[in-house]
Amino acid sequence: MQELRRIVGDAHVLVEDADVIVYEQDGSILQAMPEIVVLPADVTQVSEVIRAARRAGFPIVPRGSGTGLAGGAVPAGGGVVVSLARLNRLLGVDYRNRTAELEPGVINLEVTKGVAKAGFFYAPDPSSQAACSIGGNLANNSGGPHTLAYGVTTNHALGVEVVLHDGSIVWLGGTVPDVPGYDLCGVFVGSEGTLGIVTRAIVRLMRAREDVRTLLAIFDSMDSATQAVVDITAAGIVPAALEMMDKTTIEAVERGAPAGYPRDAEAVLLLEVEGVREYTERALRMAHEVCTRAGARQVRAARDEQERQALWKGRKGAFGALGTLAPNYYVMDGVVPRSKLPQTMRAVAEIAEQYQVRIANVFHAGDGNLHPNILFDIRVPGALDRVIEAGAAILRACVAVGGSLTGEHGIGLEKRDYMEWLFSKDDLEAMTRVRLAFDPQRAFNPGKIFPTPVSCGEVRRAPARIPEGLWI
Amino acid sequence: METSVSSMHLPLQRTEPHGPVVPGLQIPELDQCVHCGLCLTQCPTYRVTRLETESPRGRIHLVRAAGEGRISTGERFAEHLNLCLMCRACETACPSGVKYGRIAEAAREVIGPPGSALSRAVARLAFTQLFPRLGRMRVLLRLLRFYQRSGLRAVARVLPRRLREMEALLPPVPARFFTPEAEVLPAIGTRRARVGLLNGCIMPLLFGDINAATVRVLRRNGCEVVIPKGQGCCGALNVHNGETTAAKAMAKRNIDAFLAAGVDAVIVNAAGCGATMKEYDHLLRGDPEYTEKAARFSALCRDASEFLADLGLTGPLGPVDMTVTYQDPCHLAHGQKVRAQPRQLLAAIPGLTLIEMEASDRCCGSAGIYNVTHPEMSRTLLDEKMTSIGRTGAEAVVAPNPGCMLQLRYGAQRAKAGTAVYHLMDLLDQAYQAAEDDAGRARA
Repeated sequence: MQELRRIVGDAHVLVEDADVIVYEQDGSILQAMPEIVVLPADVTQVSEVIRAARRAGFPIVPRGSGTGLAGGAVPAGGGVVVSLARLNRLLGVDYRNRTAELEPGVINLEVTKGVAKAGFFYAPDPSSQAACSIGGNLANNSGGPHTLAYGVTTNHALGVEVVLHDGSIVWLGGTVPDVPGYDLCGVFVGSEGTLGIVTRAIVRLMRAREDVRTLLAIFDSMDSATQAVVDITAAGIVPAALEMMDKTTIEAVERGAPAGYPRDAEAVLLLEVEGVREYTERALRMAHEVCTRAGARQVRAARDEQERQALWKGRKGAFGALGTLAPNYYVMDGVVPRSKLPQTMRAVAEIAEQYQVRIANVFHAGDGNLHPNILFDIRVPGALDRVIEAGAAILRACVAVGGSLTGEHGIGLEKRDYMEWLFSKDDLEAMTRVRLAFDPQRAFNPGKIFPTPVSCGEVRRAPARIPEGLWI
Repeated sequence: METSVSSMHLPLQRTEPHGPVVPGLQIPELDQCVHCGLCLTQCPTYRVTRLETESPRGRIHLVRAAGEGRISTGERFAEHLNLCLMCRACETACPSGVKYGRIAEAAREVIGPPGSALSRAVARLAFTQLFPRLGRMRVLLRLLRFYQRSGLRAVARVLPRRLREMEALLPPVPARFFTPEAEVLPAIGTRRARVGLLNGCIMPLLFGDINAATVRVLRRNGCEVVIPKGQGCCGALNVHNGETTAAKAMAKRNIDAFLAAGVDAVIVNAAGCGATMKEYDHLLRGDPEYTEKAARFSALCRDASEFLADLGLTGPLGPVDMTVTYQDPCHLAHGQKVRAQPRQLLAAIPGLTLIEMEASDRCCGSAGIYNVTHPEMSRTLLDEKMTSIGRTGAEAVVAPNPGCMLQLRYGAQRAKAGTAVYHLMDLLDQAYQAAEDDAGRARA
């Protein structure tokens, strides 16, 4: 402790209950108290903090803005939470090579804001982009509505500077898309803080498109809305984003911070196309026709930037708005092949019925990336168990049609036990070996991603203080 | 392979309550926060400290935890809650519509006013003995005026640094206070409405000219203006600092005074007061005698800019050649959601150019008595604000709230910038005056 105070200063080592308790949670429903929270200011401090924490045998849990939805920043085994919030400088922008160099605590939206005047943007746009950090995005390989056109974080991360378990500082990747040798930057992105801490990153910037058009298609049934999604892709339209919200979600948004969605609709699709004007106009017209044919009651295009922003604001705030309907929500992040959307959404509705839970759906339809949000009140005895069972049933339904457990939120704590549905013991063992190559003592974010220690010769339990009932 | 749920160990263990529960903190507003974190980057104190404890989400979690008895409501808790400016920018950012202001006020009711034992006592005295009794306030301000004009001010130089800085915040007390010539002032031209005007506590003493300007502008827009004698201070500072007993009495007094006046609207030219008065219904919830009256009163309250923009300006406006930037007072933009109307009115003034600054709706650090209780954070925010204002190159900044005006004047003085600070009603009044002068010259 003295050591940590010496490194970062008294004000940035927190130990009192009234200081650390706010770090027991992130955007998910999971909670666990950290023992110490440290906020280093630069890479040297990060390195020294890691050395000191490891010498004392503490596990290390990296944290960005704490907006994650899978418990990734929740210190499951106690230990030291290392908040990267103070490493928040945008270090440089290279417009000619279209890259930006930044620290992990930089807020996602700030990147785009910083380069917008020059006609650029940073493509990955999680709904929490006004608050989430680049470091968190890298850890979770985050996506967003525009993942459909631009891919996820890993497609935009060129190089990362990381601090490893022994405090060593290394660069992985570089300033160009492909460097010789193993793609270790690619390994780091999406590792959910289990390999080390990113202290600097070089990301790709994109040129803003000439024209962006957005339309809202309103449906009287979820079935016709999901069918429209299938048809849009079949028609050869490549939207930049294709988002779905159901009636319950619309209700939440309109109660919280109204966006003007029709409250009586069963589902709405938010579709965006980008490119040169000739293309966007044609694509918009085609999308309009396809939606109408699929049974849309009304299709309306945003007339100006203000209307477009209003449509998006509702979508981006949809998760937070669920608080208007229930004190808690449990979000699933399953992915299914697009063609399986209609049947999967029917399955979700059946599961809601079967488990007697209310579900709000808001998701990246174009990617087949579902976000069924199960609404509940954690104080009601038994509610949480039912909710978790319903969530598991939904994910099982996704995996059953050839899908996956997570599209962008990460496995974190909440889904680690489902990894076995997707991966064999050998698969998991191989992944564990990768993890141990970087972090032989499982010092970083123990308890995340993997269901249980795999019987691998090198595996040791982290020398952590493990609360009872927790599984590492 | 299937894993049964019963074999799962989701880490939902929490530190169990070890203290008493605090019913005053178990309020329904807390349920609406799903801790998504979208408020973080809009919070001025989080932006500066990057600490979760100094963010709205963090503070809400602290209140929740304290209410459940998981942490104490002691010193650390109070420090975090008191570092909050109560600017309510988080309410604008919140997709779930969490009423953070109410949560923070409930917490402050439990912890009491901020600062050392002495400053808490001074604050309590002011809240219960000064604000409810405006006569005493006048006397105090007269003393202050005397102090400022006599040679006594030189003595301040020997004060310790902290007190010297507080002394520097004191605005010069004008030679005259605002005293309306009658309780009811007739409309000029066709009568379009009968409105009440909150005279306020500080406004008539330090900004008497602005109240006079507001009256003139309202009357020129066909409003019969009633300034009921029975009214008093709105109680905003009390409510924000956890004092509700005197505040409730002050609210009732205003409700009675204005409802008896039979007005179409109650006009407020101080954003902080307006926000509080629009929430009297919440303050007096559970008071059977006043529940309905408070709701009726709150529904009548309008910021001067909100009212005039909705009514539509009449009469000729002359030119005011000036470039200005607009500072959204927190309790107008976040507290009352009034953003477009002041800008609409500025746009109506010929010759005046509005240049928007970056983050015009971020707090300037004034925040009631915050610049006195938390001078360091307040100045950090003020310096940032002065930089944004400076970047616009505007000659003046418009901020329709007395607290912001005092703070921005202090900021201009600190930054040695010549930026003038105006109330919106000042500029509208100037525009009407300019038109009148033109007409006078034309006749001559």
